[in-house]
Amino acid sequence: MEVLVCVKRVPVVGGKIVVTADGQEIDTRMSGFAISPHEECAVEEAIQITERLGGAVSVLTLGPAAAADQLRDALALGAGRAVLLETDGREWGPVATAAAIVAQARRHTPGYDLLLLGNEAADTGDYQVGIRVAHALGWPCVTGIKHIEISDGVVRARREYRGSEEAFEFGLPAVITVKEGINLPRYPSLPGRLRAKRAAIEQHEPPWEADSLRMVGLRVPQTERKQATVLGTGADAVPALVALLDELGVLP
Amino acid sequence: MTVLCLVEQDGGAVTDASLRALTFARSLATDAPDAVLFGEAAGVPAQTLASYGVSGAHVVEPGQLAGYAPLAWARVLAALISETGASAVVAAATDRGNEVMAHLGALTGLPMAASCVSAAPAGPSGTGQWRLVRQRWAGLLLEDAVLDAAPALLTVAIDAVQPVPADTPATLAVQPCQPELADGDLTVRATESAGQSGGISLASARVVVGGGRGVGGPDGFAPLEELAALLGGVVGVSRVVTSEGWRPHSQQVGQTGTKITPELYLACGISGAIQHIAGCASAKHIVAVNKDPGAPILAHAEYAVIGDLHEVIPALVTAIRARGVST
Ligand SMILES: Cc1cc2nc3c(=O)[nH]c(=O)nc-3n(C[C@H](O)[C@H](O)[C@H](O)COP(=O)(O)OP(=O)(O)OC[C@H]3O[C@@H](n4cnc5c(N)ncnc54)[C@H](O)[C@@H]3O)c2cc1C
Ligand SMILES: Nc1ncnc2c1ncn2[C@@H]1O[C@H](COP(=O)(O)O)[C@@H](O)[C@H]1O
Repeated sequence: MEVLVCVKRVPVVGGKIVVTADGQEIDTRMSGFAISPHEECAVEEAIQITERLGGAVSVLTLGPAAAADQLRDALALGAGRAVLLETDGREWGPVATAAAIVAQARRHTPGYDLLLLGNEAADTGDYQVGIRVAHALGWPCVTGIKHIEISDGVVRARREYRGSEEAFEFGLPAVITVKEGINLPRYPSLPGRLRAKRAAIEQHEPPWEADSLRMVGLRVPQTERKQATVLGTGADAVPALVALLDELGVLP
Repeated sequence: MTVLCLVEQDGGAVTDASLRALTFARSLATDAPDAVLFGEAAGVPAQTLASYGVSGAHVVEPGQLAGYAPLAWARVLAALISETGASAVVAAATDRGNEVMAHLGALTGLPMAASCVSAAPAGPSGTGQWRLVRQRWAGLLLEDAVLDAAPALLTVAIDAVQPVPADTPATLAVQPCQPELADGDLTVRATESAGQSGGISLASARVVVGGGRGVGGPDGFAPLEELAALLGGVVGVSRVVTSEGWRPHSQQVGQTGTKITPELYLACGISGAIQHIAGCASAKHIVAVNKDPGAPILAHAEYAVIGDLHEVIPALVTAIRARGVST
């Protein structure tokens, strides 16, 4: 099994999101960066799959030179190879991102059996890169997956659906996008970290292309920040709480 | 100017998310929107559709295409775009809505804008330019954008639009639709697995009792479960709780969990990190139980009880039971 995981470098936003004065990006002067949560789980899932079935995990990111940090995070967990599609820092839309991933998947020989992506990137939330990649490769694709079983080249994948579950079955090669909750990602080991530090990273510089969905500006939505009315302290507040629930019409 | 709207159904009724998408679709053009449904033509929720101002319903019957197959559904929409000359195709930003619209984008080579809050044609109609506002970071950030594409493919952020029937109901014409599928369109098709809960889902519950790190461990949830059951609701949790393995991820509220829209969200032992708020900001009323009067959740809640949830929640359960309420 050759598995490719696509991870995106995103800012770790703490107490609130701050936008730069020109409204073009998130102010990241005070924040660190990480792999989006769904994709952390995609890395873990890929490692578990190759632990069971053999094979190797590659990780890919499209981003600035500093995105090599996120590749090394994945290498420390057990990915074997890493590819950086280096950008000049401009934001890439989902159509161009998918095209660059497809070009890399085609470049790789003998070829991947499985591509794992996140259901949506934590920052832009476009919900589509995986599906566009699958179409270009002519592979089946399922999204939002929270359970994967593979045997004899057949994938059984399940996801949540309106409080229940739905299941899919299809053959490899395939593209699967996963959601947090599919597994609990492991922590890197010390030898893993050391190996990651020394690992070579394959690099390419795909040309930027404009998407026909163009961001004009970013802003934080205006919400009325109310400070809560304190009903009371400890169990003494319970009568007031019961009266409130009654008033809100949620007591049967 | 035709606007097509993918309508999802559950047990024969239009889902709440699709009612919101229909409301949004109606705002895009003066002409009434057309709905696209998958199911028996005889079971089309005609009255609801008409009351939401839908004049045409394109229905794909199970005999033609049974079950949920995202690529096949997108193929149907692609054919309807050609047939109707639609200027926009809209779906709710649900798992299925986003998935089908992304397939449609890939099939047609068009861009797809997910989680839109508003959209309006920019410039003279028919030029295919749109001004959009869409959510990023699960709604913590808004993006103003320009979309250059005809038709516009949009999914509608569920928490951004209220479901509102039209001022005047439309007269609905139901048209059966014959899909022409391509090889491989049915390779991925869902089988609904049996034996699942079928109970109240987190996304649609009227009451959600939230538990965070303050619950202390997997054994601390019993009083919260009991309270939720008394109120006819469900338990929701923070990411700390699922990453500690105390509760399954299906109960997580937030950016990478579920977005909830209950009447009441009672957040117990939850600090109120923005990624958690992204999932519960659309609750009608938020009440926090927290031992820290400085917890950020208090800036999002309407009411709060300051104290130990291990005292407050059991006492609340006792008080509600004393009113004769039982599970
Ligand atoms: C990209 C990204 C996505 C994320 N997605 C999500 C998501 O979907 N959902 C989510 O929840 N988080 C998400 N997070 C994590 C989020 O940032 C917080 O870490 C998390 O929500 C904190 O959980 P908590 O409130 O339970 O824990 P804490 O922040 O530790 O807060 C615990 C609270 O409990 C109170 N408390 C403690 N003991 C008691 C007691 N006995 N009685 C009453 N109160 C008590 C404390 O005062 C405190 O306020 C995400 C993070 C990232 C980076
Ligand atoms: N710049 C990127 N580099 C690598 N993978 C990406 C990038 N952007 C998106 N992806 C992958 O595509 C998934 C869906 O992204 P999106 O469609 O943008 O929400 C993400 O979860 C990632 O797995």
